[in-house]
Amino acid sequence: MKMGKSVREAFGLALAKLGEANPDIVVVDGDVHNSTRTEHFAKKFPERFFNVGIAESNLVGIGGGLASSGKRVWLASFAAFVMCNAYDQLRMSVAFPCLDVKVVGTHAGISIGEDGPSQMGIEDVGLACSLPNFTVVVPADEPSTHKAVEALNQMKTPAYLRAGRPNVPVLYDNGCDFKLGKAIQLRPGKDLTIIANGLMVAAALEAAGQLAAKGIDARVLDMHTVKPCDDAAIRAAAVETSRIVVAEEHLLHGGLGSVVTMSAARQHPVPMRFVGLKDTFAESGKPEELLEKYGLTAKDIVHAALELMSR
Amino acid sequence: MTSAHRADLEAKAKRIRRHIITSTTAAGSGHPTSSMSAVEIAVALYFGGVLRYDPINPAWPQRDRFLLSKGHAAPLLYAVLAEAGYFSPDLVPTLRQIGSPLEGHPNMRRLPGVEASTGSLGQGLSIGVGMALAAKLDKSPARVYVVTGDGEIGEGQVWEAAMSASKYKLDNLVAIVDQNGYQQTGPTAEVLDLRPLVPRFEAFGWSAQEINGHDLGEVLAALKKAQQTKGRPSALIARTIKGYPIQNLLTSDPNHHGKPLTKEEADQALAQIG
Repeated sequence: MKMGKSVREAFGLALAKLGEANPDIVVVDGDVHNSTRTEHFAKKFPERFFNVGIAESNLVGIGGGLASSGKRVWLASFAAFVMCNAYDQLRMSVAFPCLDVKVVGTHAGISIGEDGPSQMGIEDVGLACSLPNFTVVVPADEPSTHKAVEALNQMKTPAYLRAGRPNVPVLYDNGCDFKLGKAIQLRPGKDLTIIANGLMVAAALEAAGQLAAKGIDARVLDMHTVKPCDDAAIRAAAVETSRIVVAEEHLLHGGLGSVVTMSAARQHPVPMRFVGLKDTFAESGKPEELLEKYGLTAKDIVHAALELMSR
Repeated sequence: MTSAHRADLEAKAKRIRRHIITSTTAAGSGHPTSSMSAVEIAVALYFGGVLRYDPINPAWPQRDRFLLSKGHAAPLLYAVLAEAGYFSPDLVPTLRQIGSPLEGHPNMRRLPGVEASTGSLGQGLSIGVGMALAAKLDKSPARVYVVTGDGEIGEGQVWEAAMSASKYKLDNLVAIVDQNGYQQTGPTAEVLDLRPLVPRFEAFGWSAQEINGHDLGEVLAALKKAQQTKGRPSALIARTIKGYPIQNLLTSDPNHHGKPLTKEEADQALAQIG
């Protein structure tokens, strides 16, 4: 797999492009536009870009006010800061009035590396899923991020888009049939299904390759939309492959694993395993060292799959 | 202001106070005293010729906005909106009942004329900043008025909003602090005393005036001065009395926060209001 841009860079470029055809789009920034990559939009449309300083609560409230006045709002900050610092504002000034505000949390997961736990959004997806009216999307690569931004722009309701810091492999080099709420099958399989999103989709594909060498035929689904999740794809996975491994760069509580489990339990319960951050903060280190130490690699997915197969 | 105009406004204020008392007593809960302190502020805005609004077309893009950041004073907002013609006054007695759009705190999705869903204190001014920014961007004449409590401004977000309003020179934004001197558990002076508020707002780059919040003439004059202030937002520090004008009935608990009047107290209050 060739390397592509980071999801945050892909988001920033897609947003700047959207700004051309959408004069009502405004962007609100908490003084991190060079990190979140909203600077691409800021350079093209300075009159529609508001850096309100280091004040996430106010950032979100202003977004709600702009949206109430008919603007189409995108606001971005680090996932850890916008979701954790401004949660009440997301709840009352965006979710409850169901406003057209797209919230982008960058530097999500532990793969930000050296900056350490204070900067790592590890609970953001769970928090976003707990906001009624919110759609929650976790893209895996550059092409699908472009599609996700375009798809979210078609909606007038609130959404959360999660964007990682590091460059990631390109999974959809030949185009991407991206529909919100519809998982993408990247590899067919009949023995088990690996359901992943974000950074873990590439790891899932790598794991499926390793499993194939052991004679195990793994299906891989990119569950980019966590809410609403693709119940049909989960049901098909459960019925047709009888085993599910969920992999995400997020705390196990409240993230993709929880969502997929509820869906499967309701429709067709099957044995499952979970690869994610196990009720702990991470630490500083190189991204690949952290992913290895905290159990978020292809090897960990293979281990979980083999455990399921040996039941 | 002519004496006839003043008499009209005073009559409106009385009607609104009667709605506040009767609706909260009927509901058996709510915040009548927090609502009563801001009556003249709301009357001046809605009926004193300040706010530009159209109850027939509540989504008119160029309308002025009134945001009740102290959302617990919802009974005041509902009474004012009913009197302004957004919906029938017959709806007012349904306050807080299941199925009624007159919820305990304002829900903009359920009731025309409600500009923001408030109730978690401290958020209204940021929303107002966003609306004022949108108006500037659209070159709209819309002005934004946000009413906060004096206890509410202990929320740090209020000051984040104040700083950003000043940065963007939002002279179309007015914050009105209903300084009734009490918050949930006691006098604001004892819980978290932020006075003097005029220099505090001035230090944040605002124009600020202190007024008697129950004197309609003073409120209207201050609002007019705010309209003429260019290049920065305006704050009105409105000195008010919680429960005005029936505070004499509340001698055992002048705060009387979040409690309706009993039927007997309500009858006395209505008689006093006239």
